[in-house]
Amino acid sequence: MVNAPEPSLYAASRTVHNKRIDGPFRRFKWLVMLVTLGIYYVTPWLRWDRGPYAPDQAVLVDLANRRFYMFGIEIWPHEFYFVAGLLIMAGVGLFLVTSAVGRAWCGYACPQTVWTDLFQHIDRFVDGDRNARVRLDNAPWGPAKIARRLFKWSIYLVISLLTGGAWILYFADAPTLLRDFVTFEAAPVAYATVAVLTATTFVLGGFMREQVCIYMCPWPRIQTAMLDEKSLIVTYKDWRGEPRGSVKKAEKNPGQIGDCIDCMQCVQVCPTGWDIRNGPDIACITCGLCIDACDKVMADIGRPRGLIDYATQEDCEAEAAGHAPRPVWKTLLRPRTLVYTGIWAGIGFALLFALGARTHTDLTVSADRNPPYMLMGDGSVRNSYTLRLRNMESRPRDMEIALNGLPAAVMWTDTISREQAAARHTVNVPADAIRTVRAYVIVPSGATGGDFAFTLTSLDEQRESDTVETSFSTPGEP
Amino acid sequence: MANKRIDQPTGTETVGHEWDGIEELDTPMPRWWLWTFYLTIAWAIAYVIAYPAWPLINKGTEGMLGWTSRGQLAQEMSAADAARSGLREQLAVTDIEKLPGQPDLMQQAVAGGAAAFKIHCAQCHGAGGGGLPGGFPNLADDEWLWGGDLKAIEYTLVHGIRQHDDPATRQSAMPGYDGVFDQNQLNAVVDHVLSLSGKGPANPAGAEIFTTNCSVCHGPAGQGDRTQGAPTLSNAIWLYGSSREQISQQILRPRMGVMPRWADKLDAPTIKMLAAYVHSLGGGEETPVMEAVTDAAAPAAGPVTE
Repeated sequence: MVNAPEPSLYAASRTVHNKRIDGPFRRFKWLVMLVTLGIYYVTPWLRWDRGPYAPDQAVLVDLANRRFYMFGIEIWPHEFYFVAGLLIMAGVGLFLVTSAVGRAWCGYACPQTVWTDLFQHIDRFVDGDRNARVRLDNAPWGPAKIARRLFKWSIYLVISLLTGGAWILYFADAPTLLRDFVTFEAAPVAYATVAVLTATTFVLGGFMREQVCIYMCPWPRIQTAMLDEKSLIVTYKDWRGEPRGSVKKAEKNPGQIGDCIDCMQCVQVCPTGWDIRNGPDIACITCGLCIDACDKVMADIGRPRGLIDYATQEDCEAEAAGHAPRPVWKTLLRPRTLVYTGIWAGIGFALLFALGARTHTDLTVSADRNPPYMLMGDGSVRNSYTLRLRNMESRPRDMEIALNGLPAAVMWTDTISREQAAARHTVNVPADAIRTVRAYVIVPSGATGGDFAFTLTSLDEQRESDTVETSFSTPGEP
Repeated sequence: MANKRIDQPTGTETVGHEWDGIEELDTPMPRWWLWTFYLTIAWAIAYVIAYPAWPLINKGTEGMLGWTSRGQLAQEMSAADAARSGLREQLAVTDIEKLPGQPDLMQQAVAGGAAAFKIHCAQCHGAGGGGLPGGFPNLADDEWLWGGDLKAIEYTLVHGIRQHDDPATRQSAMPGYDGVFDQNQLNAVVDHVLSLSGKGPANPAGAEIFTTNCSVCHGPAGQGDRTQGAPTLSNAIWLYGSSREQISQQILRPRMGVMPRWADKLDAPTIKMLAAYVHSLGGGEETPVMEAVTDAAAPAAGPVTE
């Protein structure tokens, strides 16, 4: 304990001032950012005509009415397995992507990465590139610095507000909600949601950035268990780079000095401030910006690219031993990724099949059990049933309910009087709704009960039908 | 710890744990993390001061805010009552036979009645109104001792059945024929009663006895009389059973049911809700208009709630 420094309970966070870089990976990152942000901000404004009885927003999570609209698909609460299936696909998809190309999700598509990237560009836009930002950070607080910071933070705030604001548009008709929102007529929950999301975007995107990845996100910890020696990760090829030395030193000692000239460019461009030359770490989100930076330096000093590169551990070992690395397609197409792809696609096909095979009608029947039957004055026996007729189309539909397998039985309902009792009735079910019908089924004196079925048939060109078995109780057979 | 040391590559102290050569570094936490942790401690202390927290011997600490779960429940209950007051006021001023003309009000009344029925009525009449053997009438069939329209049901609820302290109560009495009929006469009249609903061959001797003794109340054809609460004997429904023994028993030593007068216990809107619910069970009849006189012998065929 003599030489050990006094252990501190906390580590002060270091601000990462990452440098601007250009290169294929940076350009890919731009593209992903453009596409993901575009999808996020534009989607709520897409229209989709569903007729007069359903909302016209293409993607809408209608929590109040418990419906989920996605273009031509409408999901009801009892079909939540579609959402569950998509979540499982997302999970397996992450396994697949991680085992094949490492932490590509983290590096390019994760919202935290995308918004951090966006905010870093704002830093660059307002305060200049890395050196200027470091200088400004170290400069004492004065009017100029305060003005600059307030300006930057207000841009953060506007973006945060837009981020939070776009989120609520998925849950209600976007144009209406936006109008209500700016005229202060929207529901309090809308303001609360926007406030929370604005605050979290402002703090997580503007200030915490890489600390979210390193300390808060569980994903990097799970990923280490999913990577193997065949996964593509960003790697510093130390057998080629070490020992480090300047170009001059290398000229003086041919064969003694590695390719790495210790220019620190890879560290300076890193959005999380990690030094990839120390090896893989949860701080490395494998975005490839260090590859862009290193390749540029290698080109400048006339050495081959790829000192830092996407490579598998197997590749690295092969390359270090002087063998040719495996081709990339072999890395991507291997049993593990194929199995993941199979599972992923299997779930996808099952969902597609379920989507195609589902009907837009449904009938549930519950027989009254208390009392199970009712003896009428004339000796006839009545049973009561609660029927739920579900119409999942966004238009009202006439549906026929019929008794099957109960000869001589007739029924009436809470809206069809006993005088009009018959073995089949037509009921109108409103658009996108469940209509509850109380059915009184009566058999004449002496008739037997037993099992029978209600059959529901939609009286339109689709003729969708659903049959539900139930039973009729009589005094002889309780 | 004895084997505490500094990890060379990172310059971080180790915690002294080692598994298979892998040592755990004592990496410090970020400052904001630590402060969040302190904040949760402060929050917990504030929470313990503000809300009931510590269980003591007789009762727990009460908390500065004075909040209790019972208090919150009472508040929510009174809020629910307040929300329902509109329905009650409206029911109080609406005549019960006007209810079917107001489907919304009717629907709410039926829903309210269903809840009240489970509290006050289900003990005797069953949770679904199906009645119980031994004199608790079925409320969901089409046989009514005193009438099955909304008004009649409400009247029965208000005044009860055989309530001595209410002069307006439903009152009927079946005389006991123990010691009046001999065994042959009894058998004959039971035969006749059974034949009225087609359960046996006719018995002319029994028919004569019936005409003399029973038809005053039960009608010449056993069709019953709702004005007197005399049950119909010519249908399939038997309040006290349809076996010979049960019918004989009822002729010799009749049992007659009672029902509380609910005006004592429930307010008028609740009684209206109960009447609407009972009416909706499947046997409710239309309130008779002027010229239509309810004929107890005719099968009651009222449409249910529209």
